[in-house]
Amino acid sequence: MANNAKTISASGVEPRGPKPRPMLSPRNIMIYGTLFIVAIYYALPLYVMVVTSLKGMPEIRLGNIFAPPVEVTFEPWVKAWAEACTGLNCNGLSQGFWNSVKILIPSAALSILIASINGYALANWKFKGSEVFFTILIFGAFVPYQVIIYPIVIILRELNLFGKLGGLVMVHVIFGMPILTLLFRNYFTSLPEELFKAARVDGAGFWGIYFRIMLPMSLPIFVVALILQVTGIWNDFLFGVIYTKPDNYPMTVQLNNIVNSVQGVKEYNVNMAATMLTGIVPLIIYFASGKLFVRGIAAGAVKG
Amino acid sequence: MDQLKKILIATSAMGAMSLGSAALAADLEVTHWWTSGGEAAAVAEFAKAFNEKTDHNWVDGAIAGSGGTARPIIISRILGGDPMAATQLNHGRQAEELIEAGLMLDLTDVAEAEGWRDVVHPVSLLDSCTVDGRVYCVPVNIHSWQWLWLSHQAYADAGVDVPTNWSEFVAAAPALEAADKVPLAMGQQGWQTSGAFGVINVAIGGLDLWRKINVDKDAAAAASPEMLEVFQAFAEARSLSSGSNVQDWNLATNMVITGQAGGQIMGDWAQGEFQVAGQTAGEDYTCLPGLGVNEIISTGGDAFYFPKTDDPETTAAQKELASLMLSKEVQVAFNLKKGSLPVRGDVDLQAANDCMRKGLDILAKGNIMPSGDQLLTADTSSQIEDLLVEFWSDTSMTAEMAQERYADIIANAD
Amino acid sequence: MAGAKQPVRILRNLNAKIAALPMIATALVIFVGCTVWTIVHSFTKSRLLPKLEFVGFDQYERLWSTRRWLISIENLAYYGIGSLVFSLTIGFLLAALLDQKIRFENTFRTIILYPFALSFIVTGLVWQWILNPEFGIQHIVRSLGFESFVFDPLYTPDIVIFGVLIAGLWQGTGFIMVIMLSGLRGIDGEIWKAARIDGIPKWKTYLFIVIPMMRPTFVTALVLISAGIIKVYDLVVAQTNGGPGIASEVPAKYVYDAMFRSQNLGQGFAASTMMLLSVLVVLIPWAYLEFGGRKNGK
Repeated sequence: MANNAKTISASGVEPRGPKPRPMLSPRNIMIYGTLFIVAIYYALPLYVMVVTSLKGMPEIRLGNIFAPPVEVTFEPWVKAWAEACTGLNCNGLSQGFWNSVKILIPSAALSILIASINGYALANWKFKGSEVFFTILIFGAFVPYQVIIYPIVIILRELNLFGKLGGLVMVHVIFGMPILTLLFRNYFTSLPEELFKAARVDGAGFWGIYFRIMLPMSLPIFVVALILQVTGIWNDFLFGVIYTKPDNYPMTVQLNNIVNSVQGVKEYNVNMAATMLTGIVPLIIYFASGKLFVRGIAAGAVKG
Repeated sequence: MDQLKKILIATSAMGAMSLGSAALAADLEVTHWWTSGGEAAAVAEFAKAFNEKTDHNWVDGAIAGSGGTARPIIISRILGGDPMAATQLNHGRQAEELIEAGLMLDLTDVAEAEGWRDVVHPVSLLDSCTVDGRVYCVPVNIHSWQWLWLSHQAYADAGVDVPTNWSEFVAAAPALEAADKVPLAMGQQGWQTSGAFGVINVAIGGLDLWRKINVDKDAAAAASPEMLEVFQAFAEARSLSSGSNVQDWNLATNMVITGQAGGQIMGDWAQGEFQVAGQTAGEDYTCLPGLGVNEIISTGGDAFYFPKTDDPETTAAQKELASLMLSKEVQVAFNLKKGSLPVRGDVDLQAANDCMRKGLDILAKGNIMPSGDQLLTADTSSQIEDLLVEFWSDTSMTAEMAQERYADIIANAD
Repeated sequence: MAGAKQPVRILRNLNAKIAALPMIATALVIFVGCTVWTIVHSFTKSRLLPKLEFVGFDQYERLWSTRRWLISIENLAYYGIGSLVFSLTIGFLLAALLDQKIRFENTFRTIILYPFALSFIVTGLVWQWILNPEFGIQHIVRSLGFESFVFDPLYTPDIVIFGVLIAGLWQGTGFIMVIMLSGLRGIDGEIWKAARIDGIPKWKTYLFIVIPMMRPTFVTALVLISAGIIKVYDLVVAQTNGGPGIASEVPAKYVYDAMFRSQNLGQGFAASTMMLLSVLVVLIPWAYLEFGGRKNGK
């Protein structure tokens, strides 16, 4: 478990194949050719989404989904954002977007804060039983959500949090805890022990060391955790659908409602614009964070 | 005149606020799953009446999708301690446990004061709202499933007469198919499949058979040769609807409206869609109650429940809404838009069209039957629905196979 | 093992214990408490409300004689085996390709991995659109002149689950590729040199030397994919909503519908307990191999 930091940096290490050969060797043609085709397969759905969302309905009915739009129109985007209907409320996806933002910020902040403190306590201040709790927590990460969703309904009801944003935030904090705690614990364990010892000798306490030494040193892992949580929470559907009410629906739930329940004619261009709008936030994070995203998911995943 | 009204309302609202009596006005969130064109127009009638006639506000909590999607949300909110002020639910056994758990507001005082027992017709609707002598819901309309909607245009295009009963409908199907039309339009959602099955069940198998199965839970009747005929007719419907790939019921209705499909088996709420599309009953479309075989209508319907709250002002507002929903004017306005029948026997439906009149006649003759919601638990109905949905999509499943499993479910029903 | 030598007197480490309270509460109340609660209630007759009226294994008997559950399990098996085999193979092959010291490695990786940033809802809806027979792939191939071409998995009960699988793989293989890539990069360069000096062909080096050395990576990937499989829910809801008919139902959806649609909590609890059981079947041997082995190694 302790060599997590190594795994993280490993993804940045230089490749180790044989030395490069001339660009046009048969081997290269094969490799690049294959990769090119694969890249097209992966890129195509995104392309189709964008293209469809920029066409008018008549063009969609006549043309094919891969053809670029003849007449570019942004109307579907406007409609998806501000006018699309779920039931009688025709405010588009914008409401869901802001709900998701309202859910995301406290959930991400709280879950990272709590998990980092947990991880720090587990790494540097072990106490009797701490490993046991930690093991239970890690096993918890594998318990299917379906086993726990109903009892949580009851807990939230007792806390008077059901249907409120606060309730959903709590659920996200709970379900984010295993993986984040693991992430932070491993990171703090990998920091040089001397630092911690020196601070202890200087008389710094639990919180002092956390805030003055550990926090400033672990900015990268906070960024990684942030990426992990932001995409995870933004993309959640199950918790959103169970623990909130229509007013508070996150964007994913609203998207599914808009697309999969229609009045009159299905407007595929509006649907695709709505789908794009929902996907944009994680995509921006992904493209902007680049290697850090890879580190994030690799760190969240590779526990070996 | 309208302008004047608006000004009056605005000033009276301002007056109310400045006098400090605004505290009495409550915002009531009302959840329902009426989201198609006709339905939305109908529910707007409730909202309008409530906003205009009381000091309170209707906060619309429409939940898109069918009842199957909306009901879980509604119930989990009630159970989760975050109830809405009022909600649509099909009355009958769905709400039983919620009432037993004491989560629903007791409306008995309103019901007695206004003599609901005398005005609600048929009174069985009120019985479904009653548990241990207490009234817990307001029936708002009578919905019947037993209708076959036929497109005049489709039959004209195919060069055949509009059928007058199910067997003619089946016989005319090849002509429609030759004209590149789908004989029977059908949405793919489960409730539509099971609803259509119920209709065929009564029309082909007769009411007695239906009663034995759904009321007495008689598994032998469910396994009888008469019931096999029902399943065979249902299998026939399945093959007539191949090529109808739409999901939502209103999209299927739209196929009938535009003449792409010959007909659709759907409840009377389909009427609202024809109306929104500007079509006239008898001229552009025909409706056959009981598939033209057994003229009978089920008296299921929608009802509103009012979850209990601690706030006395909300409770008062809830009761006001309850009484308003059953008032004569609102009943008429709402049901005309919805295409359903009013639950009061004492209102005059001048504006009713051809199809609604047929329905009213049957109702007056007393050819009525209870709806499945009132007889089966949600658990049993969803088991049946799963079976029928599977049957509908899997053409390799024969009528015999489906019947065997159906009989099994009935045998275990409670 | 920093801090291992800290005195464990209660007061001395009090702050750490306070700080760990949320974790302890989550572990005990949520992961242990709620799980036990659900298992206990799976033996009851709970309908709309949880009740402690025990009925033995009735719910389980009903579960295993319900056709929809059996179909869900069957679908999960197809989906599961499909995603394991294809994710691992494709993920590894792509990683090996990217590991050939190529140019534009970052670009290729970025393209292959981006679907992983998208939610299952978005994934499901996009593929619903691409696989739509009237507009999508089938329509295009037909308009190229192959009039009888049929490709409408989402409308064909027998193969609908593979339509879902295509979408799932598109979303997830990039992630497995990244894991594989970091596994490959962790292999000592000397191994490659030695293999080349011995004249062992490249594919043999991969097959017989590198892959066995990457065992931990494969195990990790396997566990991750399995954990994802059992949870599959959003994708199906968005792409097919279980249809046509009940042909693409999955256990997670069965649980949700039993609890909230059929108002039969006991049935939902029994189904979710079965899901938990199947996770344990995968998890326990893995945990034993991973942690049991390491402790002995110390």
